[in-house]
Amino acid sequence: MEDIIYNQLGYSILSWTVFLPVLGALLLLFISNAGAVRWTTLAFTVANFFVAFPLLQHFDKTTHKMQFVEKVPWIPSWGINYFVGIDGISILFIFLTTILSVLCVLVSWKSIASKVKEFHIAILILEAAMLGVFASLDFFLFYIFWEAMLIPMFLIIGVWGGQNRLYATIKFFLYTLVGSVLMLVGIVVLYFAGGNTLDILALSNMHAQFPFQLQFWLFLAFFAAFAVKVPMFPVHTWLPDAHTEAPTAGSVILAGVLIKMGAYGFLRFSMPMLPDATKFFMGPIMVLSVIAIIYGALVCFAQKDFKRLIAYSSVSHMGYVTLGLFALNTQGVEGGILQMLNHGIITGAMFLMIGIIYERTHTRVIADYGGFAGLVPWFAGLFMILTFASVGLPATNGFIGEFLIMFGAFKANKILGVFAATGIILGAGYMLWLYQRIFFQDANPDYEASGHHPVRDLDLREVLTLVPLFVFVFWIGFYPNTFLEYMHASVEHLIQQMELTAVAGNENMIAKYIMEIF
Amino acid sequence: MEMETTISLLDMRLLVPELTLICVGLILMLLDLVVRKKELIAAVGIAGTIVALYGTYKLFGFYGPQTAFAGMFVVDGYSNFFKLIFYLNIILTICISLKYMAIEKASHGEYYALIMFSTAGMMIMASAADLIILYLGLELMALSTYILAGFMRKQPRSNEAAIKYFFLGAFSSAFLLYGISLTYGLTGTTNLKGIAEALGALSIMDNPIAYLGLIFIIVAFGFKIALVPFHMWAPDVYEGSPTSITAFMSVGPKAAGFAVLGRVLFDAFAGMQVQWSAILIPIAVITMATGSLIALAQTNIKRMLAYSSIAHAGYMLLGIITGTHDGLTSTINYLMIYLFMNIGAFAIVIMLRSEGFQGENLEDYMGLSKSHPLASALMLIFMFSLAGIPPTAGFVGKFYIFLEAINAGYVYLAIIAVVFSAISAFFYLRVVMYMYMKDPVKEVTLTNSPSMSVALAVTAMMVLICGIFPSILLNLVKLSILG
Repeated sequence: MEDIIYNQLGYSILSWTVFLPVLGALLLLFISNAGAVRWTTLAFTVANFFVAFPLLQHFDKTTHKMQFVEKVPWIPSWGINYFVGIDGISILFIFLTTILSVLCVLVSWKSIASKVKEFHIAILILEAAMLGVFASLDFFLFYIFWEAMLIPMFLIIGVWGGQNRLYATIKFFLYTLVGSVLMLVGIVVLYFAGGNTLDILALSNMHAQFPFQLQFWLFLAFFAAFAVKVPMFPVHTWLPDAHTEAPTAGSVILAGVLIKMGAYGFLRFSMPMLPDATKFFMGPIMVLSVIAIIYGALVCFAQKDFKRLIAYSSVSHMGYVTLGLFALNTQGVEGGILQMLNHGIITGAMFLMIGIIYERTHTRVIADYGGFAGLVPWFAGLFMILTFASVGLPATNGFIGEFLIMFGAFKANKILGVFAATGIILGAGYMLWLYQRIFFQDANPDYEASGHHPVRDLDLREVLTLVPLFVFVFWIGFYPNTFLEYMHASVEHLIQQMELTAVAGNENMIAKYIMEIF
Repeated sequence: MEMETTISLLDMRLLVPELTLICVGLILMLLDLVVRKKELIAAVGIAGTIVALYGTYKLFGFYGPQTAFAGMFVVDGYSNFFKLIFYLNIILTICISLKYMAIEKASHGEYYALIMFSTAGMMIMASAADLIILYLGLELMALSTYILAGFMRKQPRSNEAAIKYFFLGAFSSAFLLYGISLTYGLTGTTNLKGIAEALGALSIMDNPIAYLGLIFIIVAFGFKIALVPFHMWAPDVYEGSPTSITAFMSVGPKAAGFAVLGRVLFDAFAGMQVQWSAILIPIAVITMATGSLIALAQTNIKRMLAYSSIAHAGYMLLGIITGTHDGLTSTINYLMIYLFMNIGAFAIVIMLRSEGFQGENLEDYMGLSKSHPLASALMLIFMFSLAGIPPTAGFVGKFYIFLEAINAGYVYLAIIAVVFSAISAFFYLRVVMYMYMKDPVKEVTLTNSPSMSVALAVTAMMVLICGIFPSILLNLVKLSILG
């Protein structure tokens, strides 16, 4: 096939990247000392970052083709292959996943005190599953990783989470499971429609054969899975609970990688495979996105819990992502992808910082804070940068992403663009108000330097955990091209694929089919 | 009908595996008189099973159908694959029984002999190409299982289970006989192929008798595999029986029931596929619904697993509803996977039973991961597999069934099935939740034994291997395609 470039490095770099954490997890089974467990996990996550690094170096940015491809028959009787490869859309997420995994180990160094070994095994298996999701080029393989991810996440929230963790973890699991199993039915239907294959590239190239009626239902089946994962309004309610109750590492992975997978699913499956349905659903999804942006932002104003506020702001920010993606133009899609990365970095860093401050104060209630700018100046300064990045101030990464999305959204629909823009104003409102309540105002006497619980500023481990993310905040803010050029060819190809008119007369079909439904 | 009526001694060779098991059963009863160590009896039982397995493998491989006794008994890939399930069922059941039966103070040699007899009955069912032989096998299986269900004769619970199972089983046998006689009256034969020919010559639409016979037969088998509304016995019998026998029953008789259901429907009533699919579809839907929903309310893990096994029977039925041989194969594949994950789960349940501690309540699992991390991890694997979450075998089994259901055009059934499987995930997760996310309230000691460890290792390995490399099992199960 001409759409793939077989492994140009001469060794199975993707398989190593995906399965190295599994090796680490197996090794951990034989280690009992908690300190050794932490160091081993750290070593494996760092090693994984370096194993994956050649992907960035040797990636050919000029082509949309799948690269570093490995293809081995896996279940021949079903025509299913172990088929992995990456393009400009997935490579950045592989990169993000390997970085955040390292940070998750670092931030859990002290906060995870019980069942240390189990926790780190779960983190490593989760990392492998996440990398597998982004690397898979076979729908079956994708689904395996997609679902396998639920098990460690279920445990991470449920075992090491906060007060209300049981409710939160069951809710998380069942929401995502219901969405996923409906996608499973869609996958099987697609399997037969595509001539007994689940090869993602083959299915993307044969969309012209799928009649609108089929695309319509398949889109809804996939939408069930992806929309829950994003999460889009109105199926977002699991996210605030899961975020609030998860341990810091869990929140970081949830915000940084897990919820990106929904949007990634739209890019990888819905858009190239079901272009007619995508165009048909473009309007409703953009409307849902704008609702998510504004609703998420408004709800933030009412939050009393630090972590819950950031969780709702994720709903709002992911609204931008889906808005950009479903603007269905180059700027919107590139902005959407970049914003996924940005949100991973900014919100990931915010959850890290919330975790750090929670270790000291043991409270997440905003009203308990106050005056922290004087108590922990370094912390306050860094959080200020994140606040600005989150509201999209120029020179930070948030600005670039939101700008591109707005650009794309206005091109697609001016009215929705205007509404979405109000979300930016609301975002500035709740973030700055949050900053004011926590870092300025009168200090809570409990945490004064002379109080009962003197609060320390950041130590070296914590600074090391945070610095990589801040580097990216400014790197993307000042020179986004480093990242945009990776995805450019792939996004162009995606847009082209969608613009090819599919089945002749599908437009008439659409009208007819809509009449039938209503 | 003029068929070869002479029965040659050569025909007996096809019966060697069944005869082996029966002989081993008799030997075990004699051995029980002179040997005090139950371990030895169990070992002889396992060895005998392996001999029978070798017989099945060596004499016939998994190839070419051969018939004996004037076409009444057939040995083909289909029956042999079921026999493989039965052999594994015996071996795993014996492995998890040893210590447990001693704790229950019901360790008698007959226990192992009855397992052999019951399995011989199942094997005859799987090989039956004639309704009479089928009935023979079914009764041999059922009578042995009734006794096993009441094996803890000092416990009222166990007695209740046996009585319930016996009475309702007798009812279902009557249904079966009624169905057989109606079918015989209409077609003049009890041979499955003969019935198909005779029915083909008749106009089915004008013959309500054919329907009636079909319905009675489905009811009888529906009882054996615990399909709703013929499932009433299952929770009580599962709860009251010795747990090892619950594990045995949840796989063996169920698989045997599916074996005969598949063969009778696909061979004898092949021409009425539209009709029997129409009968089975509502049954499958209410079976999945009842099993999944009622299991949510259970606090006793044996009862929960009983309802879970009802729900699983509903999924498995989808493969038969398709009416295609590939669909039937997906059901058989599921049965094999179900064997490993279900016996594995029951093995953990059995481990919780110790001297003076029942260990059957969900609360007993609270905080188990703290005191017994390995057993909890295994239970976690089995629970996720039963829930059908990848990368476990349970997912592959479900995927195959959905694949065939959708291929046959039953997309809506697949959607119903996945929705109920998502609902049922809740009660499997609850076990995991109790083990990992709650604090222990009391000290639980696990009863382990070497044979138990072997059973757990095998089942857990198979659940993971079949989940990650499904091809191994899929290639094997392909040999079981009927006809």
